[in-house]
Formats: sequence, C-alpha cells, structure tokens
Amino acid sequence: MTFTFVFDLLAATLRNATPLVYGTVGETYSERSGVLNLGIEGTMYAGAFAGFAVAFTTGSPLLGLLAALVVGVLAGAVMGLLTVTLGANQHVSGIGLTIGLIGISEFANRLLFQGGELRRIEPMPLLEPLAFLGAPGEIFHQYGLTYIAFLVVVPLAWWVLQRSSFGLEIRAVGDNPEAADAAGINVGRTRYLALMIGGALMGIGGAFFTLAVLGSFTLDIIAGRGWVCVALVIFGRWRIGRGVLGALLFSLLFSLQFRLRILPGFGELPFEVLLALPYLVVILALALSGRNVAYPGAYLKPYRRS
Amino acid sequence: MTAGAVSGSAAPVVELRGITKRFGDLVANDRVDFDVGRGEVHALLGENGAGKTTLMRIVYGLTHPDAGQILVGGRPVAIRSPKDAIAAGIGMVTQHFSLVRPMTVAENVVLGRTGGIRLEMAAAAARVAEASERLGIRVDPGAVVAELSVGEQQRVEILKALARDCRVLILDEPTAVLVPQEVEALFATLRRLLDEGLSVVFISHKLGEVRAISDRVSVLRRGVMVGTVEGSTDERELARMMVGRPMLGIRRTERAGAGPPSTPALSVRDLGAAGVHGLPALVDLSFDVQPGEILGVAGVSGNGQTELVGVLSGMRHPSGGSIVVDGVELAGASPRRLMAAGIGRIPEDRHASLIPDLSVAYNLAIERLDDFRRGGLLDEPAIREHAEQLIARFAIRARPDDRVATLSGGNIQKVLLARVLSRDPRVLVVAQPTRGLDVGATEYVRSELLARRAAGTAVLLVSEDLDELLALADRLIVLYEGRIVGEMRAGDADPEQLGMLMAGRGRAA
Repeated sequence: MTFTFVFDLLAATLRNATPLVYGTVGETYSERSGVLNLGIEGTMYAGAFAGFAVAFTTGSPLLGLLAALVVGVLAGAVMGLLTVTLGANQHVSGIGLTIGLIGISEFANRLLFQGGELRRIEPMPLLEPLAFLGAPGEIFHQYGLTYIAFLVVVPLAWWVLQRSSFGLEIRAVGDNPEAADAAGINVGRTRYLALMIGGALMGIGGAFFTLAVLGSFTLDIIAGRGWVCVALVIFGRWRIGRGVLGALLFSLLFSLQFRLRILPGFGELPFEVLLALPYLVVILALALSGRNVAYPGAYLKPYRRS
Repeated sequence: MTAGAVSGSAAPVVELRGITKRFGDLVANDRVDFDVGRGEVHALLGENGAGKTTLMRIVYGLTHPDAGQILVGGRPVAIRSPKDAIAAGIGMVTQHFSLVRPMTVAENVVLGRTGGIRLEMAAAAARVAEASERLGIRVDPGAVVAELSVGEQQRVEILKALARDCRVLILDEPTAVLVPQEVEALFATLRRLLDEGLSVVFISHKLGEVRAISDRVSVLRRGVMVGTVEGSTDERELARMMVGRPMLGIRRTERAGAGPPSTPALSVRDLGAAGVHGLPALVDLSFDVQPGEILGVAGVSGNGQTELVGVLSGMRHPSGGSIVVDGVELAGASPRRLMAAGIGRIPEDRHASLIPDLSVAYNLAIERLDDFRRGGLLDEPAIREHAEQLIARFAIRARPDDRVATLSGGNIQKVLLARVLSRDPRVLVVAQPTRGLDVGATEYVRSELLARRAAGTAVLLVSEDLDELLALADRLIVLYEGRIVGEMRAGDADPEQLGMLMAGRGRAA
C-alpha cells in the first residue's frame, strides 16, 4: 500500500462525505426542533434535479445551487405545513414527501429532458490550494462545496445551535415545547424555521451530485444517502460534531470498499458484499451506540395548545 | 354559604369575570369570578377535576376560554398565549414543570427572553446568580435541570417567573411533590416575596397548607365557584365547601396490642436491583410483611419505589437477594409465577396495566385466561358472567362490553382492584392507589385495602401521600436512594421525622 493510496482514499472520503454532511446537519436541525424529517431523501433528490435543471437551462451552476436551496426551503416548509400546522404523523408525512418529490423530479425530468442522450453541464471546478505539496496536497483537491461544508456550514451550524438565542429556542422547542411556549417562544415558527434551514442544507447536499460530481442528472441519484443521514443523526446523538464524524467514518468505508474491489485479493468476492459493507457498519454502529440514547424530548410529537 | 363575603383590600391586580370553558360536554369552568390583590395569597381550593388548573391555564394563556373576561390592573386584556400573560406580569409554575431538562438552570431562566443573536451565557448565568441571591432562592445557575431534585426544579420555575418581572405568581399544586421541610422553605420564600408586593394564586387540595399560607380561599366544585372565605376558616368548613359533604376519613382500626409475630406472608432479604443509569436502584432491602398487616413504603418518588414494585411483580430483574412468599423462593421469577404464588399487584401506572381498547370483561379475565378456555376457544359466556359478578361486587360503573378507555380514573382503578382481589392474593403490592382519584373513589379504594387487611392479606402499600400512609399502614419503612433509612410503627410516626428521613437527613434510631 502506498502513500498515494492513502491520500487518494482520504480525498475520496472528504468528497463522499460532503453530501452526507449537508444532509446530516440539515436533519439534525429538523430533529432538534422535534420533527423527524423523513422527507430528506426526496428533498436531496429534488435538490439534485432542480440544481441540474436550472444550471443546464441558464448555464450558471450558481443559479442551479440557488435553485436547489430554494427547493429545499420549500420542501422544509411543506413538511412544516404537514407536521406543525396540521399535526400529521411525522413518519407518514416524511415518507409521503420523499415519494412525492422523487416522483415530481422524475416527471419533470421526462418533460424537460425527454429521452435522447444524457444532458451534461460543466461540473463545478475542483480547488487545489495545496497542489505545491505534491501527493499530500491531493487530500485538499476538492470541490468548493466540500470546503464550504467543512469550513463554513459545520462550524456555523454548531455555533447557531449551541451558542445563539435561536439555537436555544430550537433546542427548547424540540425538548419541551410546552415549556418553550410558556416562556413566550413561538413553537410553530421555530419549528418551521428549523425545517426550512434543514431543507436548504439537504437540497444543497443533493445538488452536490449533479452540479459538482457528475455534471448530469440520473435516476436514483441519491440512492438512499438521505436515509443514511437519518441514521447518522441518531449515531451522532443529535450533535453536529458527532454526526459529521459519523459521516466521515461512513465515507471512509464507502471509499475504501470502492478501492478494495479492484485489488486482486478481493477479486473473488462479489462486489455487492463490499458495497453493503458501509451500510452494515452503520446498522451495527446504531445497534451498539443506539441503546440508552436520549432522544429529543418532543421527538415525533406535534405540539398543540389545548 | 359565604359566597362573595370577603374581598381583597385594594383594587385587584388580576380579576376574572364570568370565565366559562367547556371540553365537549364537560363544563370545566362555569361563569367563574376570581381576583387576587397586591401582596395577597389567594388560594384556589378544590378536588381533582374541579377546574382549578383549567381556570389558571386560561389566565396564563395556555387554554382559551369560551366566554369571560380577564382584567389586569382594572383594564381588560386579551391573553392569547403565555407571551401575553408574561407581558401582563403574570407568571405560572405548572404542576408538571415547564423546564427543558437537558438545559442548565441559566438557559432555562433566559429562555424566551434573549435579545440579539448571540447568547451571552456567562452574563445570563451571572444575572441568574444575582437574582437567586437577591430573592433568597438558592440554585446553581450552571446545574443541568435534569439532575436537580424536584424541590430545586420548583425553585428554578419560581426564579424563572420572577426573572420575567411577574407581579402575580400562580402556583399549581406546588407542594404535591415536596417533603414537609421543602414545603416550609417554599412558604418562607413566598412570605418574603409577598412583603415585596408579589401576589400569589395558590392552587391546592390540601386544607392544612391552604390555611397556613392564604389570606383568602376560593373553592371550586365541579367547575362552579362555591364561595370565597377568609384564610383562617376552619378545615371542616373548607372541606364541606370542597366536597359538598364532610369527609369521612378512612382510617385503620388499631389492633389491641401487637400479637406475637406470625410467619410473614412476604419476606424480602438483601434485595438489590439496578436502576436506569446502571446505578443501584435498590440496595440490600430486607423487610417482612405479616398476614393482615399493611406495611407502608414512604419516600419521595424516584428513591427506588418503582423498582421495588417492579421486582416484586416480576417486571424487573433483581440483582440479588431473595423474595419468599409462604416459604417459596421467588426472586427473579416471571410475573406469571409470582401471580401463581399469591402475589397480586396494583401498579402505579394503572393505564399501563389494562388494555384500554379491550372491554371491561376481557380486562377482568386477562390474568386468568386459562380458567376461561374451552378447547382452543375462549368461553365468552363465562367471561361475561365473571365480569358481571365483579362489576356488581366492586360497584364498577360500567358494562362488561364497555371499552376500558372510556372509563373514569376511579372506575379504572376499581377494575384493577376487582381483577386482583378476585384472585384472593396472599400478598398485595399496591403503588399510589389513590393518585388522581376523587374523594369518593379514594375512600372506596382505601376501605377495600383495609378490608383485605382484615381478611388476612399482607399488603405492601407504596405511596407518596403521607396522610394515606399514616391512615392505613400498621408499620412504615422509608426509602431513600434505594435503601431503607427508617422503620417505625405508624402510630409512633410523626410527619416531621418522616420528612427528615424522606429527605435523606438522618436515620431512625
């Protein structure tokens, strides 16, 4: 095993972790406010499609990114309408939202880009600030969205949640909405905001695939990564730092199995086994770390003043 | 009747006029008038379900009235949410505390009143510390609420309300969760605050406390204001207003001289059990209960009572020790074996012990379905007949086919009693049997327990209600942090000493 292999593996880990970080931070915000947003898979999917469609039509990846963000905010607002305003069951609402958004995205895809050859856009460029380091610099050979995820979104999201008044309100609303209400906090508004911020992050996480990695939109592009984020939030015990750590671990395994496949020693093994490995590890990690977990106090509970 | 005979000295700080609130067919408040003056404690007295809490939730904006008016300082105000109430200078400490448990004291106190984006936690903590010093309410601003005792949590609630400059403080059953010493401390704090002009609405159904602290007492019965009287009105009169008849007061009859101890029906030795965080919840518990004896277990909730009942009913595994019923070792046995050995239980959470969607008849039969099996099928007529007999014997106000979910708390408890007592248990384990029941149902349950005692059953009675323990139990043990810290004959027990033991201060000689 060479150093190049390691640097390449670490670079891939950061790259693969990027959409998971956006999704996990977004889901953490939703859940800390007391709403399990299972619309995440669909929100990432819609973000991926909307980002691509707008970037392809306008020729501007930045406008595409903006579109993904807006779609994410809207998806969060719909989740708010269902679970906060209407008090519907969060599981059903979330799964319904996911099915709906995937369906709408694929329908729109067929209308706009019917059949024919694969439409492509110029993917966002890779940044290479430390190229002069040679091989180790390869680790930092990343997309701008990856830099933004780790250097801006994660620290800012942590600071807002733990150190700002708004974060205190989110945590209060998610743990004891009655207490928050009695303290004069608008429970519904706070939950809507948390869902919309979370949705925006999920949308961007989805757009990372179309705008940065692939430069195109393909069906089943998210491939369950939204569900992985839901698991990572629990693995991270609703803490941003631990959730990001989980995303990194998952991506490390994910990237590793890709590389193991082409090694001669693993040639005999069906690749599906290796592909399943990171997911199995998530299940195992959840089973081991998921016991005695302190869920947010108002998890899954709609709030109604009598 | 002395309705409206007494009024506050000055103009009321808060006044309610004609408040009406219906929940479906139930009229929780029927044209209720109420007011509280400056520097006054006005108690709101009434049985469970009389509408006290609903009335005050309306004042605090947590519930919306169907009719009526709220005046603050003589001017009508619209209180649509707690935010409006806080702005009007009204604070409330609800029965189930409105605290965010994973957060610190300081975070809870500043919650909802943080200006700006950044949370100035250090400054907030300093302010909280200063307020706590000035008001004489001792709490550590940096402590996490979940780790505080109930009394401390209550102090946080009061501090929270005062930090919002409230002029009227509503306390909903504030003493229900406190030991006697904590009650004294609470009253001392309140008296100091009253001198500074605070007004207090004190919701309670405990006559002694109401008389100890109140200037005026208003009594609600079934949603209707019965009257307002001086705080010094005697207990008999208050009780009569509250229940509409004098309370009977169920008590055990002292037996003439304690006979020689017979063989205990239940014998527990060195019993241990693990709690939630791996800490021991029960430590080396040893006690006996004789046939025909009620052994009371006193203690503030969370000191091992739940675990003790769990272990004795087979729902929780002991970590060591022995449980012997009539010479048979039962530690760690399944609920089924324990039942077969003669242990009957009436658990703390009565709703969790019945299946609300099933009928009364099935719920009554469910612990002994083997008796109602005919071939592979259930003997429906027998189940029904069994239910009809028990309904008659225990005066359950329900039909065999009624779903348990539709029953009142008192009737649910009767179903449980009927199910357990119809098996004629040798040992009865009872937890909080009258919690949340009205006076009539409470008296019924207590008299049933005494009837079992007379019939020779060994009863282990776990209760947070000291009056109940003192009225029913022959002997008492006190649990603190999973250990027995005191044991005494109930006749020799005085509340002061019990309170000390329950608070973990001192051991019985």
